[in-house]
Amino acid sequence: MTRTTRRGVLKVGLAVGAGLAGGRVIAQDADPAITNLQPWMQQLGEGVDARPYGHPSEYEAHVVRRNVEWLTADPVSSVNFTPLHELDGIITPNGLCFERHHSGIAEVDPAEHRVMINGLVETPLVFTMADLMRFPRVNRVHFLECAANSGMEWAGAQLNGCQFTHGMIHNVQYTGVPLRLLLEEAGVRTDGKWLLAEGADAAAMTRSIPMEKALDDCLVAFKMNGEALRPEQGYPVRLVVPGWEGNMWVKWLRRLEVGDQPWEHREETSKYTDLLDNGKARKFTWEMDAKSVITNPSPQAPITHGKGPLVITGIAWSGRGTIPRVDVTTDGGMTWNAARMSGPSFNKSMHRFYYEMDWDGSPLLLQSRAMDSTGYVQPTKDMLRKVRGENSIYHNNGIQTWSVNENGEAENVEIS
Amino acid sequence: SRDGGFGLGREALLDEIAAWDIDIRPDGQGLPEGSGDVWTGEEVWVENCAMCHGDFGEAVGRWPVIAGGWDTLARKDPVKTVGSYWPYLSTVYDYIHRAMPFGNAQSLEPDQVYALTAYILYLNNIVEDDFVLSKETFADVEMPNTDGFFMDDRAETELEQWRTEPCMEACKDAVEITMHAAVLDVTPGTDEKAVDE
Repeated sequence: MTRTTRRGVLKVGLAVGAGLAGGRVIAQDADPAITNLQPWMQQLGEGVDARPYGHPSEYEAHVVRRNVEWLTADPVSSVNFTPLHELDGIITPNGLCFERHHSGIAEVDPAEHRVMINGLVETPLVFTMADLMRFPRVNRVHFLECAANSGMEWAGAQLNGCQFTHGMIHNVQYTGVPLRLLLEEAGVRTDGKWLLAEGADAAAMTRSIPMEKALDDCLVAFKMNGEALRPEQGYPVRLVVPGWEGNMWVKWLRRLEVGDQPWEHREETSKYTDLLDNGKARKFTWEMDAKSVITNPSPQAPITHGKGPLVITGIAWSGRGTIPRVDVTTDGGMTWNAARMSGPSFNKSMHRFYYEMDWDGSPLLLQSRAMDSTGYVQPTKDMLRKVRGENSIYHNNGIQTWSVNENGEAENVEIS
Repeated sequence: SRDGGFGLGREALLDEIAAWDIDIRPDGQGLPEGSGDVWTGEEVWVENCAMCHGDFGEAVGRWPVIAGGWDTLARKDPVKTVGSYWPYLSTVYDYIHRAMPFGNAQSLEPDQVYALTAYILYLNNIVEDDFVLSKETFADVEMPNTDGFFMDDRAETELEQWRTEPCMEACKDAVEITMHAAVLDVTPGTDEKAVDE
């Protein structure tokens, strides 16, 4: 059986490009893809019993999460990256959602899992998973972005590909119980101003959440994109904290404690605090600011079709609302053009934008600039550095530049 | 069913709460009975911690640095450690007990965690070598960077300024590339083998 490799596709693409005339391909020889009988046109395929849980086509084997070994000491307390350059629309497939663990993937038996509410409540409670399934549910689409997404880019262009510069994000539909209902079941006392969420893994991850947010739009979720959470995303139950940094979305959620002040735990003192130039650090920087990135073309997704019609596409999101508008520049920000938003626009969710152009083969400096529903305009990296310096690690939402050359190859650059 | 609720779940028992509620706050709430001194802490450290964090908290390889880095926070390459950066002693006790040693969490007794915490304070020049940490002496320790943090101020310093109608045409005269990621060349390969076998 002949197997088209990715490289083979690229070669064919270039050969066809050479036959371009007046923008349309002239067939010089009959196309063997048409004139040859392909095996799938003749032979029987697998039956309905072959794939009880389906996987992507073998030709999509390159569409995978990737990690960057030198980033962390160990793959167990580490991160990998969503292949944004291979995806479209706004929903991230469950198997491609980036992972961030602090003590590896906890494999939790749902029958042995409990969720406890204690602290400043009228009645401390214990729930089983079966109990949680009996509360009224809601469905919502939200992005989860790691606070450290683009963190390696604070001091300049480092990693070559939007998977690595922007891939600590995913966007899925969650099904779960409003956290408010669980807290009301226990009865939060009037002095209960803060909530500590804790995971069941060996890191026993904890974060302090103000009660106002907990009662507003947080969910205790057990489904993602219609099916049970994946183990690496907190199976059987995780916290959803819309618009706020991913670290707070505690996975394998086992305990919620109500208190009258924040706990100032490791993940909100040593980590997830943002050091400024003067040596002082911001703490409790919860919201993720409006941000966008062009996913195609990008370093891992060069232009391979030659001159002519080109689809520029990307994603935009804001922790403070929706994204009604994205602008795209092809000349490094001298001129901007309104992109076309496409697909559903949900609060604190990923949005998809397109900008179609006729590429004349000259070099491009591509940028996208998101504007959220509060009127906030995504800043440049230089604007951010002016306020924060280069050592914040977290919350880098600066505008990304891709330099595209005459061959259509793209590179991560910074520009004046 | 309970008043105003769904009647779901059951009341948590005191033993159950005690088993899971291990968190410690900056005011010391949650600290167990017990105590430990610096030199006992060194013994526990050598046996459980030094292989990753180094004999003196200087770290092995890419594992976290625990001691040192004083007065580096405003520098180009800050070294953020318990001594140079962490605001509260409670976090040290809580985190060691909660999640360390990496791969064998919650294996240490309260006296061992007190001793380890005392040793880390000693490595960071915060206490003398005869110091004994306990629930009672906990409040005596002053962390150097307690005042190094402030609440998120983006609303005042960033959000309003950046809520402006952006430039669309003739926004700058020229553009120059100032930095290339390809020069660094630290991006993992795209592993063509997966499709090219």
